[in-house]
Amino acid sequence: MTSTSATAVLFQNVSRHFGTVRAVDGVDFEIGQGEFFAMLGPSGSGKTTCLRLIAGFEQPTAGHIEIFGETAEGLAPNRRDVNTVFQDYALFPHMTVLNNVAYALMVRGVPRAEREKRAREALSLVRLEGMDARRPAQLSGGQRQRVALARALVNRPKVLLLDEPLGALDLKLREEMQEELRRLHKQLGLTFVFVTHDQGEALSMADRVAVFNKGRIVQVGTPEDIYQRPTTRFVADFVGSSNILTPDQAPRFGGVSRWTSLRPESILIGAAADAMDVRQTAEVIDQQFQGAMRKTRLKINGLEICAMAPASQTLGVGQAATVGWSHGALHAMDGEGNDV
Amino acid sequence: MRSDEPSLLLKLSAIGGLIFLHWPLAIIVVYAFTTEDKSYQFPPPGLTLHWFSVAWARPDIWAALTLSFNVALVATGLALVLGTLAAAALSRAQFWGRDNVSLLLILPIALPGIITGIALRSAFNLMDLPYSVFTIVLGHATFCIVVVYNNAVARFRRLSPSLVEASFDLGADAFQTFRYVVLPNIGTALLAGGMLAFALSFDEVIVTTFTAGQQTTLPIWMLNELVRPRERPVTNVVAVLVMAVTFFPILAAYWLTREGEHVAGGSR
Repeated sequence: MTSTSATAVLFQNVSRHFGTVRAVDGVDFEIGQGEFFAMLGPSGSGKTTCLRLIAGFEQPTAGHIEIFGETAEGLAPNRRDVNTVFQDYALFPHMTVLNNVAYALMVRGVPRAEREKRAREALSLVRLEGMDARRPAQLSGGQRQRVALARALVNRPKVLLLDEPLGALDLKLREEMQEELRRLHKQLGLTFVFVTHDQGEALSMADRVAVFNKGRIVQVGTPEDIYQRPTTRFVADFVGSSNILTPDQAPRFGGVSRWTSLRPESILIGAAADAMDVRQTAEVIDQQFQGAMRKTRLKINGLEICAMAPASQTLGVGQAATVGWSHGALHAMDGEGNDV
Repeated sequence: MRSDEPSLLLKLSAIGGLIFLHWPLAIIVVYAFTTEDKSYQFPPPGLTLHWFSVAWARPDIWAALTLSFNVALVATGLALVLGTLAAAALSRAQFWGRDNVSLLLILPIALPGIITGIALRSAFNLMDLPYSVFTIVLGHATFCIVVVYNNAVARFRRLSPSLVEASFDLGADAFQTFRYVVLPNIGTALLAGGMLAFALSFDEVIVTTFTAGQQTTLPIWMLNELVRPRERPVTNVVAVLVMAVTFFPILAAYWLTREGEHVAGGSR
């Protein structure tokens, strides 16, 4: 949560069913004003439906939604102070960039000179100038993305919804746009709600993350919470990668008799392991060079465990090594919600 | 051996086929100018523009032409509204029986005109509806809707559904969304469908014979002229006119939909 305590979006036991499919099934959350909130989950987990419920494209089957204290059920999308950046951008192909951005002002009857001035301001906000007269088809993917952002921001909505907006971009552009979105969020102080299936994106950009699975939220928290203290097996597995120990196995690794997550990067190998709370002997299965790190598969207590060794630490296959980790690295969780 | 160059035989038969199809049309055009009005003597003994002035002066031709024009106009207008609405509904919504509805819509153009004609005639009889311009328009609208629907539904499918959502999202109401987002994107498809519908209605004979009372549309007038000929070449003059009136809209429709391929539906 940010410093302000006002609530931007409130979901109370919200469900959205399509026939027998429970796309969203009893979801509760609260998004603070000015917060950058990510909804993370695999496809079909209900995160996009939640976004569409905020936008007003879907109406809840049950439950209560508030946007800035105002009841949102039954309110049409054009009556909500909420704008969306669509996954496919949904730029109007027959309009110029400037007219696309000015659309929200045009339909509200803002005079041409005024709306073009404000559309140009929005375009300079997203650093896309000199493209006013072009059609969307004449732009690159990254430029379209910026137009879609400018169009959604031109009227300064209270909440900006982003539906996997970076999915269609290549890696370099993605990283650039991630920074751009962070900058815009800081600069404008608006509430951003961001849907993604990319856990890295969610962790690096959001103030708080809600992890979705099967129409429900399994955990809400800061990126640190989600990553370091996953409450369920599903979260530990979906966010980053983790070694998941059953309640039977966990005590042999120094934990308690519960489902336990042990992150690969918490496992130290060789001399570095000496200072650790828990020490074991492991057999190296193999190593995979990944640039900054070496992904190392180990056999510990008869169990295959994945560790991240520094790139400089080369280990021979079949070699015995001391491995260690702190008690804090063992994180006990609920066994529920594991099935993806 | 394979070659991209077609064989001589294939070329000749293609050309032969085209001549076979279009030769009779050429004959009709030629006899609009003949000086001989009793028999179709070939080659025509002489050429004249006389029959054009005769046709111009005949009130029955003008009456038939006006009727056909009005019927085509109203049937096309009706088809544009209903066909677009049907296309909008069937391209988006998922509901039980959607495919059946779509088949029923297309059926009138697949059915032989005589079946449609008889069906409509008995329906009008059952409803005690007197045969009039109105019944002709209804008959024509059955197949005009199909043409508009087919054109519109193809365009609607290419149109990303998120465009409409984006418009609502940005504060537009339903009318503004249709006016500023939907219409510009389906406009050429509607124009093409409308022109095709107009051309179909303008030269329709079979359904019209069953749904018309005493009214004579232009094609019906021509049919009557063939049975009891007087001033034969006048019929040819009218035929040339019908060709012109139907040919240009169809050509325009062809060009418009071809251009439509480049109008991107989505914007990804």
